[in-house]
Amino acid sequence: MEQPEQEVVEQTVSANLPRLETTVKAPVTVPGTTIFDLRNVSIWYGAFKAVTDVSLPVYEHEVTAFIGSSGSGKSTVLRAFNRMNDLVPGARLDGEMRYRGTDLYTKEVSAVAVRRRIGMVFQKPNPFPKSIYDNVAYGPRINGERNKRKLDEIVERSLRGAALWDEVKNRLKQSGLALSGGQAQRLCIARTIAVEPDVVLMDEPASALDPIATLAIEDLIRELKRNYTIVIVTHNMQQATRVSDRTAFFSVLTDSKNDTRTGILVEHGPTQQIFEDPHDSRTQAYVTGRMG
Amino acid sequence: MAVASEQRTVDLREPGGWRRSKNQIATFFMWLAFVATLVPLVFVLVTVVSKGVGAISWQFLSGSPIPPNVLPLGVGGMGPAVVGTLEITGFAALIAIPLGVLGAVYISEYGGRNWLAKLIAFMADVMTGVPSIVMGLFIFSIWVLHFGYSGLAGSFALACLMLPIVIRSTYEMLLLVPNELREASYALGATKSRVTLTVVLPSAIGGIVSGALLSVARAAGETAPLLFVILTVEATNSNLFSGADTALSTQIFVNAQSPYVGAEARAWGAALTLIVISFALMLIARIVTARFTRYTR
Repeated sequence: MEQPEQEVVEQTVSANLPRLETTVKAPVTVPGTTIFDLRNVSIWYGAFKAVTDVSLPVYEHEVTAFIGSSGSGKSTVLRAFNRMNDLVPGARLDGEMRYRGTDLYTKEVSAVAVRRRIGMVFQKPNPFPKSIYDNVAYGPRINGERNKRKLDEIVERSLRGAALWDEVKNRLKQSGLALSGGQAQRLCIARTIAVEPDVVLMDEPASALDPIATLAIEDLIRELKRNYTIVIVTHNMQQATRVSDRTAFFSVLTDSKNDTRTGILVEHGPTQQIFEDPHDSRTQAYVTGRMG
Repeated sequence: MAVASEQRTVDLREPGGWRRSKNQIATFFMWLAFVATLVPLVFVLVTVVSKGVGAISWQFLSGSPIPPNVLPLGVGGMGPAVVGTLEITGFAALIAIPLGVLGAVYISEYGGRNWLAKLIAFMADVMTGVPSIVMGLFIFSIWVLHFGYSGLAGSFALACLMLPIVIRSTYEMLLLVPNELREASYALGATKSRVTLTVVLPSAIGGIVSGALLSVARAAGETAPLLFVILTVEATNSNLFSGADTALSTQIFVNAQSPYVGAEARAWGAALTLIVISFALMLIARIVTARFTRYTR
């Protein structure tokens, strides 16, 4: 009885293999330089272990998407990339988080220097209560740029880079808070790229926006990929397939004995593979929408 | 049409009964409270204006010295007291506002949850409840007994009074600054001091300024802390740092106690002057707040 069953399985696998290969239209992306290299990273908030044992590479000029349910630690890991978790009292990190070969969590590394190279766009658009111009010029100014002409140049370039220039060029002196949600988020992106960072981190940048503004942000992300490395957290799986080259799927591990929950990295790989041929059953369940 | 007529009419009128009555009773008491609050406010204002306006003249505001209480209104003026109030209150503001704002910045931005920040916040709250005359006695015993009466001592006493108010109001304003703004600034590579100077304080500046000016207005009218420390003389003393001084509030106190018509009129006039100064400060506070918050909406 067992013998024929095994044969059937083998047949389906071999029959499926060539079909799967033909569905992969995009050329297999050859990974560039490794920007981030995470090895066995665990992050705690006080006694609460938010995420356990994450090992993951992030490559240059790629969009890496973090997907997974709430509480799986995607945002926590994202905020660890530029040490934003330092601002949370009681947060600490174990393991190794290398950025271009340097461990980010050693004594000699200054969080301020890290954040100048690794920018962040937040979930809720958060322009400063200043004019549009001052919002974009803020980063260059705190880095010591005082030359008015250079600042004008940076502001225009950044706003063009964020696809916002044409909409606001005649009202740069207006408050940044007067913009619509989508415009405000693009202003925040312009503000981030004004300091010419190496990496742009995005924490659900489109979740507070309407579908049209969301598409504008996604176009922008594909555009930004040329000059920056992008890591994006998203709840929207279609968004991950639309913008990302690589996807990492996070899940929640529940320990029923101690009643604790912690985030884990289940699987990571090229986006195409994660969505079409996931190796882990949990990933498959999530991307096909059978489980939250 | 047949379908429409079959439809039951819906009663959308306000339901009667106890629920409606409760609403009416509550509304009535709110109006009553409003009117009751207005009565003393308007009464004080009308009394002071009607009794004081007759005394006001350029000579009254600038004339010097303040005449002995037996003399009628036309002689001399309150000039020394106006100068004294402006000097003493101004210098008190110069001491208390920077100290208070910096203290509040420490509590809100730097102290976090450590014991020192908690202690300062607690002591500031306790200080708010200290009677103002105690502040006067405090400065009298630690300053006036050693260095004599001076306007400076008055400034110290008023500053003690203003400090907790400035700390409290500034702290409340800093708490209102959304954390997202701090994070946005940190994410651009700002240091903590930059975040505080370029994002947190500018976002809260409107509230901080109006809180500070309200504390100045409050201090300008205080009598008790000044009674023991400036001595309340009659001549102008433009030197804040030495010699006995005078102020509008203490002049009101002295003149109002006197049985003479001229002194009483001077007291009313001084009271009106003080109210106008406070009113002007409130007005400036409003204008400044509007000016500084033009980007917040």
